[in-house]
Amino acid sequence: MLQLNIVEAVNLALKQEMKRDKEIVLLGEDIGEDGGVFRVTDNLSKLYGNERVIDTPLAESGIVGVSFGMALAGLKPIAEIQFEGFLMPALDQIINHVSRIRNRSKGRYTAPLVIRCPIGGGIKALEHHSDSPETYFVHTPGLKVVIPSNPYDAKGLMISAIRDPDPVIFFEPKKVYRAIKQEVPEKEYLIPIGKANVVKEGGDVTLITYGAAVKTAYEAVQHISNISVELIDLRTLKPIDTETIIKSVKKTGKVVIAHEAQKTLGVAAEIIARINEKAFYSLEAPIERVTGYDIIVPYPKHEDYYFINQQRIINAVDKVMKNSI
Amino acid sequence: MKKVLERFQVEYLQILNENGNCDKKLMPSLTKKQIKEMYEYMVLTRVFDDKALKLQRQGRLGTYAPTRGQEASQIGSVFAVQDDDMVFPAFRENGVYLARKMPMELLFQFWAGDERGMNIPKNVNMFPVAITVGAQPLHAVGYAIALKYKKMKAAAVTYFGDGATSEGDFHEAMNFAGVYKAPCVFICQNNQYAISVPVEEQTASRTLAQKAIAYGFDGIKVDGNDPFAVYKATYDALRKARSGKGPTLIECFTYRIGDHTTSDDAKKYRKEKEVKEWEKKDPILRLKKYMKKAGMFSERYENEVKKIAEGLVEKAVAKAESIQRLKPEEIFNYTYASLTEELKEQKEQIKLENFTIAEKKKSAGKNTSVVGELEEA
Ligand SMILES: Cc1ncc(C[n+]2csc(CCOP(=O)(O)OP(=O)(O)O)c2C)c(N)n1
Repeated sequence: MLQLNIVEAVNLALKQEMKRDKEIVLLGEDIGEDGGVFRVTDNLSKLYGNERVIDTPLAESGIVGVSFGMALAGLKPIAEIQFEGFLMPALDQIINHVSRIRNRSKGRYTAPLVIRCPIGGGIKALEHHSDSPETYFVHTPGLKVVIPSNPYDAKGLMISAIRDPDPVIFFEPKKVYRAIKQEVPEKEYLIPIGKANVVKEGGDVTLITYGAAVKTAYEAVQHISNISVELIDLRTLKPIDTETIIKSVKKTGKVVIAHEAQKTLGVAAEIIARINEKAFYSLEAPIERVTGYDIIVPYPKHEDYYFINQQRIINAVDKVMKNSI
Repeated sequence: MKKVLERFQVEYLQILNENGNCDKKLMPSLTKKQIKEMYEYMVLTRVFDDKALKLQRQGRLGTYAPTRGQEASQIGSVFAVQDDDMVFPAFRENGVYLARKMPMELLFQFWAGDERGMNIPKNVNMFPVAITVGAQPLHAVGYAIALKYKKMKAAAVTYFGDGATSEGDFHEAMNFAGVYKAPCVFICQNNQYAISVPVEEQTASRTLAQKAIAYGFDGIKVDGNDPFAVYKATYDALRKARSGKGPTLIECFTYRIGDHTTSDDAKKYRKEKEVKEWEKKDPILRLKKYMKKAGMFSERYENEVKKIAEGLVEKAVAKAESIQRLKPEEIFNYTYASLTEELKEQKEQIKLENFTIAEKKKSAGKNTSVVGELEEA
């Protein structure tokens, strides 16, 4: 079987899906000959030509707006936005049009496109290259939001995203783009959107996270010997798999949620609300959040102050155990 | 009935050709001292650039966007800008910063990933590096409209690349500038690439300069490796702006000799031969040829300029690298004018964290964790 990293796994998914479906086109800055700045679309322009792998002008609103138009006409555009900070010029198209057309036209028109975008810190880059803006999209009705944490999931989730009838924001955690090599089947398989993955079962504490933080959390758990941690990788942020979360909380009664995004109105806040609604009486300790601070991500020299790390996760697990009734 | 309502033409300006010969009729009035100073700043920019690339390779700087090849576009234009004009750069304008007298150590600090490097001294009228492509022309236009409102004689100047002319914000900036006759000068450094995308694929327009015409003002294309042409076009545009006659777009046609940034590998999308051709058109070389012919250049002068530049650069690096890292709690300081209650709480929290393994080991004895400490980061 193939040993692939996330970059290669997404590339493989795109390659295979483009072969299967001639209506799939890729749009983005530098995705052609250059293969994208992270090489996710490497060689695809050679394989499928530049009518299907389109190096666009430098205009994110244009990329998404034009993809939207193409989707309305029955094509299946997969747009790449080079870095998460540059999703912002496209927000008008995404939030005011892409997410709303099904509702606006009462189902007459739909825009089942995919917007791929790297997310999060970890590459020590300039401003706007280390952000975690997932909440804006999770907050928007009509969008689905997916974020794989490993190569196997990346391929299966990408295929599901492409075949989904609704627009999907597909975040690729850049910190682990090449950090994890894994067996990825050549043959087709789908990982359903909206289903979380229980990475490791446990009975004392439920640790919920997603994206690059899954690796951090997994490694943190290796340092915890006397407490049994259940690790949940959300995989999809919209819709959130409430069922898996609640089931686990009912078992453990103690919860830690970790994400790199800022704290206020981050995904953790929503999960806490859902636990409050559906499993309040199962809780044995106040839920702990390990998140970024409510500040702008510092430039690389001081970014480690902002990012979550294994120690903070360990401390939080420690704290819910101590606070437990 | 059918008739022609508009025809347009786009001028191209070159004053100093590749052989170092200059068109005397077009030559702006520059003293020998000024020309030498231009040369010295172009060399300083080059030496800074070379050093930055070296430091980056050694892991002492973060991602860096090299300036090589664009020295005439940057120094030629900024020499026409006055102290009270405000400059809104993109991210490749190292030469512009240096000529605006930005302390060099701050630039190194910025590129080393320390945001304090963008705490620009009050006497330098320039904005911080703009990473999102194409946003800053709007800011320049707003600033220019405010200058007009306040009846000030200064102007705003904005720098951006060929790729930026594709962004919606750029077009909105041009339109606002036209509508309000803003005292704003748009300087587009057309270095022919936006990362891997060549300018011919960026736009179907034959020139970038002509985009101004659609917004009701002048655009001019200049040889961006000719510091005199760039200077003259900028000088004229600024005089026009200050006398209430509105904005100008200047397209400096030049070439990005280096990779897009240190994270890029230009070999993947462009031919070495093309780069070699443009290396021959080096703007510093061209000015040198002119100065030689004008009797303003000697080997001794050349060496001296280089030595002084190297000295300045070394000193700046040492200074930048001697600056201590922020304390964790200091990263909260500039989020608001004063800390909100929730940030005060988070600031207290961060003080309790350990950030290095060394620090962690020190405190290991005091560890009361029920789960144990982390061995490695
Ligand atoms: C809004 C936005 N989209 C994408 C990027 C990523 N990016 C950084 S520089 C660049 C190309 C810029 O080209 P150009 O404007 O010609 O300037 P140059 O780099 O040639 O100086 C791109 C696509 C960005 N920084 N901002």
